[in-house]
Amino acid sequence: MSPMNVVIAGYGMAGARLADEMRTRDPLGEATSITVIGAEPHHAYNRVLLSSVLAGSLRPSAVLLHDEKWARAKGIDLRIGVGTTAIDPTARTVTLTDGGTVGYDALVLATGSRPWIPPVEGLTTDDGGLAEGALTLRTIDDCAQIRHRAKPGSPVAVLGGGVLGLEVAKGLAAIGATVTVVHPGDRVMERQLDARAARVLTRVLASHGIGFRIGDAAARYVPGAGLKLGDGSHVEAATVIVSAGVRPETTLADSAGLLVGNGIVVDDALRTSDGRIHAIGDCAQHPSAVAGLVQPAWEQASVLADLLTGTDGAARYRGSRVVTRLKARGIELTALGETCTDPDEPGAEVLTFDDPAGCRYAKLVLRENRVAGAILLGFPDAAATIAQLHDRGVPAHSDRLGLLLGRALPGGAPTASSPAGLPANALVCRCNSVSKSALVDAWRAGAADVAALRTATRAATGCGSCADTVQGIADWLADSA
Amino acid sequence: MSRSITATHCPYCALQCGMNLSGGTPETIEVRPRDFAVNAGGLCQKGWTSPALLGSPSRLTTPLIREAGALREASWDEALDLVATRLRELRAEHGADSVAVFGGGGLTNEKSYLLGKFARVALGTSQIDYNGRFCMSSAAAAATKAFGLDRGLPFPVTDLAGADAVLLAGANPAETMPPFLRHLRAARAKGGLVVVDPRRTPTAEQASLHLAPAPGTDLALALGILHATVEEGLTDLSYVAERTTGFDELWRIAARYWPEHVERITGVAAADQRKAARLLATAGNAYVLTARGTEQHATGVDTVNAWINLALALGLPGKAGSGWGCLTGQGNGQGGREHGQKADQLPGYRGITDVAAREHVAKVWGVAEHTLPGKGRSAYELLDAVGGADGPRALLVFGSNIAVSAPHSSNVVDRLSTLDLLVTSDIVLSETSLLADVVFPVAQWAEEEGTLTNLEGRVLLRSKALDPPAAVRTDLAVIAGLARRLGQPASRFPFEAEAVFGELRAASKGGPADYSGISYDRLRRGEALHWPVPSPAHPGTPRLFLDTFATEDGKARFVPAEHKGPSELPDEEFPLLATTGRVLHHYQSGAQTRNIAVLNAVEPEVYVEIHPDTAGRAGLEHGDIARVRSRRGEMRARVRCVSGILADVVFLPFHYGGGQRANLLTNPELDPQSRMPEFKVCAVAIEPAGDIA
Repeated sequence: MSPMNVVIAGYGMAGARLADEMRTRDPLGEATSITVIGAEPHHAYNRVLLSSVLAGSLRPSAVLLHDEKWARAKGIDLRIGVGTTAIDPTARTVTLTDGGTVGYDALVLATGSRPWIPPVEGLTTDDGGLAEGALTLRTIDDCAQIRHRAKPGSPVAVLGGGVLGLEVAKGLAAIGATVTVVHPGDRVMERQLDARAARVLTRVLASHGIGFRIGDAAARYVPGAGLKLGDGSHVEAATVIVSAGVRPETTLADSAGLLVGNGIVVDDALRTSDGRIHAIGDCAQHPSAVAGLVQPAWEQASVLADLLTGTDGAARYRGSRVVTRLKARGIELTALGETCTDPDEPGAEVLTFDDPAGCRYAKLVLRENRVAGAILLGFPDAAATIAQLHDRGVPAHSDRLGLLLGRALPGGAPTASSPAGLPANALVCRCNSVSKSALVDAWRAGAADVAALRTATRAATGCGSCADTVQGIADWLADSA
Repeated sequence: MSRSITATHCPYCALQCGMNLSGGTPETIEVRPRDFAVNAGGLCQKGWTSPALLGSPSRLTTPLIREAGALREASWDEALDLVATRLRELRAEHGADSVAVFGGGGLTNEKSYLLGKFARVALGTSQIDYNGRFCMSSAAAAATKAFGLDRGLPFPVTDLAGADAVLLAGANPAETMPPFLRHLRAARAKGGLVVVDPRRTPTAEQASLHLAPAPGTDLALALGILHATVEEGLTDLSYVAERTTGFDELWRIAARYWPEHVERITGVAAADQRKAARLLATAGNAYVLTARGTEQHATGVDTVNAWINLALALGLPGKAGSGWGCLTGQGNGQGGREHGQKADQLPGYRGITDVAAREHVAKVWGVAEHTLPGKGRSAYELLDAVGGADGPRALLVFGSNIAVSAPHSSNVVDRLSTLDLLVTSDIVLSETSLLADVVFPVAQWAEEEGTLTNLEGRVLLRSKALDPPAAVRTDLAVIAGLARRLGQPASRFPFEAEAVFGELRAASKGGPADYSGISYDRLRRGEALHWPVPSPAHPGTPRLFLDTFATEDGKARFVPAEHKGPSELPDEEFPLLATTGRVLHHYQSGAQTRNIAVLNAVEPEVYVEIHPDTAGRAGLEHGDIARVRSRRGEMRARVRCVSGILADVVFLPFHYGGGQRANLLTNPELDPQSRMPEFKVCAVAIEPAGDIA
């Protein structure tokens, strides 16, 4: 049987991942032949890391997911710099911007999303493009442009205080730009944070030199001057970064007559309303998936690779447990699940710790002893633990405070600070199983200094880490003799 | 009576602490730590109490033969004759590969060497492997891929004292080789000791930074720290350019493992990954050291390579004062993997499929090259094949307690029960010897001479301090006695250690692990000889790779390795992950240490470490007996509640026998490259045992 002809429209993080996952399962292409069509003139890259490129910590080439050898090595027909203009579901072909057509047995739409441009006067030009000085951060080329414009001291306005907007603001502030975040909502990151967390985060970011205009929408953009806000005030900006959210890229699907809601509607097998066409990633709308994040896209790619290669015909995507991390150097913020739950809600157990002066905030929402939501700002260890409990569905620790604050786990060798206070059976030397009482007995039997205690009990002759404790006990015994 | 002092080394782990023995009888013998390089005058309780087994009533003092279902005492001639006769019959009827040999990483170099020769020449079988397959094989394979050569520590252990930062991955030396920690004092004092372990072990307690990944996610953690190193601009770019190849290919993988993503997989905070990267990168001298926690996975080789990749990105290996190394476990874990008791190997760390190597060794052995068998089965595969169509019908076991130490041990015991002949060479009646048809009682470390190669590749001489009991012989004498009865000339199978070592020198000459320049005289003079030592005048090679790596182009390899995770994940039926390991007071299968009263008094029975919340939900309290079940079997263990363990993880020490064997649970899934079983992760359920108070 000849291999199934799979065409992947879109060579972003979802499309590239799907091709990789399929080749992991079907390395020799016995079950599937793969064509990947990508509009950007680059190999696929890791969009999640663009904020690191912007902040200057990674070179642009470091975020590429594939190199020029990839397609040949994997036996994939890769077309880059070529867009898909139309689907003919009846003929089962797609038409490309270079005029060519490609036939498919299965088509996967991984067309991603595009930035949403808010209706601000002067922000767009007549041809629909962005006005001079206004940019989005979606592609590697956007990154280069922003880096080029945002010089130290240069005023930058960031339109939108969501995750990406704040990461951009932090990154640009770190390279010395004068950044103002203009956010029309009543708090930053409103999809992920409750009001108090947003306040504390705003305060933390302000301490890094970022200005905020919260609850103010931009009314007008004047290139070279900046933004005029709804209240009539002015925000100076030589550059405006638009990060007001994204919309699924559904143009192709719309014109092919597929069922489209906010995104291309898919079922648990990632099928669209046409059974031979699938959609994954940002362009897709699954009832249990959150759009705009890489993790659901990767999980969908894994399921679809199982299905298309025939590795597991029963594979289904049933949604993702999403954890949001703000990638901003020096700020540790994690948010997951339900975060705005009322502490008095019956059935919910809500713990909060609010320390704005210390730049910390923690909130934990539990239901039936399992993590249902959390916000952790400035508690990296607790965040890592709580995210694991959430992901693995493991019951929460009964030591709620320790869990919430990521308090160092108890334990540790007894220290020499208070030998008198150590219980008699406290193990002083683990290597030789010597307890405090054994040392005391040896002392009473005549081993009246450290060297004699070592010889008599073998304490501190192993790894040597209890030497100070043994000294402390000897001193204490000498003092109390 | 004058008390002469014998300078020797401890019978247990790969650190091989120097010790002095005085007193010439088991009753009078005393041990004192020696101011030797690796232990600097320290000893742990196992070392201190090691002579207790010499005069123990539990040791074997006469050969045993199974008759009517029970073991009875026999003479040496009767036992040796019986074994030789049965071996000859089985070979005649079923071919040479119907006889298999199983060795151990605790055997001396001379024994390892002679056992390999015995298998290939006297038995003509390809079926020989050893328990080192369960310990260091993944590190060995990974180091060979990356550097072209495997020597646990490619530098003297004392170099570690000059380190500003040391990352220990899957190593718990505070329990497994306590005096080793003496070399980490400086790094600890400088806040540079990073410990990677899912448990808060006594080693982790001493760490400046403890990273606790979920079991089976270490590879992702290494990728995350490497990613952080690149992201923070901390890679040693000139080193990567000049001394390595393959970084770009590796980075295509690592680029997908940014710290926040790795945090999701491992549970280790992204901030801590970055902190670890900074600690290592900004240290003047830094080391990355791995051990069994890294290796004992079905992805063990890839996981070790992932840590080596990190060390390479930081520019550590092959630089004086820095490096990557593996903490070898068993006493002769290093030498034991070099001289031919491994299925694919000939002496001097030569490959058995390499024609030049075969010709060299055949010449030393005085046989034709074509008579040497090829590559045999790896340890677990060999045991699992017993009783199968082409499987072994006789098994000779030296220095290993496979009924306890092999994974999925109920299956191993089942397999052993189908053998026509099981022979062991043992010091006590271990769980494996209890199943044997013939048991040879053999000498202990202080009763014979022999060399071992410690974790740093230094060859050490253990000297004889006293005579063994009258009817006890050495392993070498057992091998030689069987060889002679199988028609081999006596001159081909000497049983004096120094004579065997002379042969080993010749056989290893020109190989990667070249011992040809080492002699007992040089060792007796106290020379510190790290292999290779290619001539009698050669001073040895304490530090490898300073100028060039042992690869064809002299450059180290970044080996691309992708995170896969454990073979078995928790599910509704088996909701917890079990990991296995060691306690301070026992060694390996416990055959020795469980027979030493003061050690056994501290840890007399198996326990299961569990978070108190998890125990509570299972209806268990501290001190209860729990039944722990996996897809392969169940065992009982006393509940020990500790808060320093992940809520969905339990820990079991593997030193105990019978229904207390942790390996009744473990997953025999093998690493495709090293054939190492996945000892470190399996899915389990826990509940009250109910029937036992």
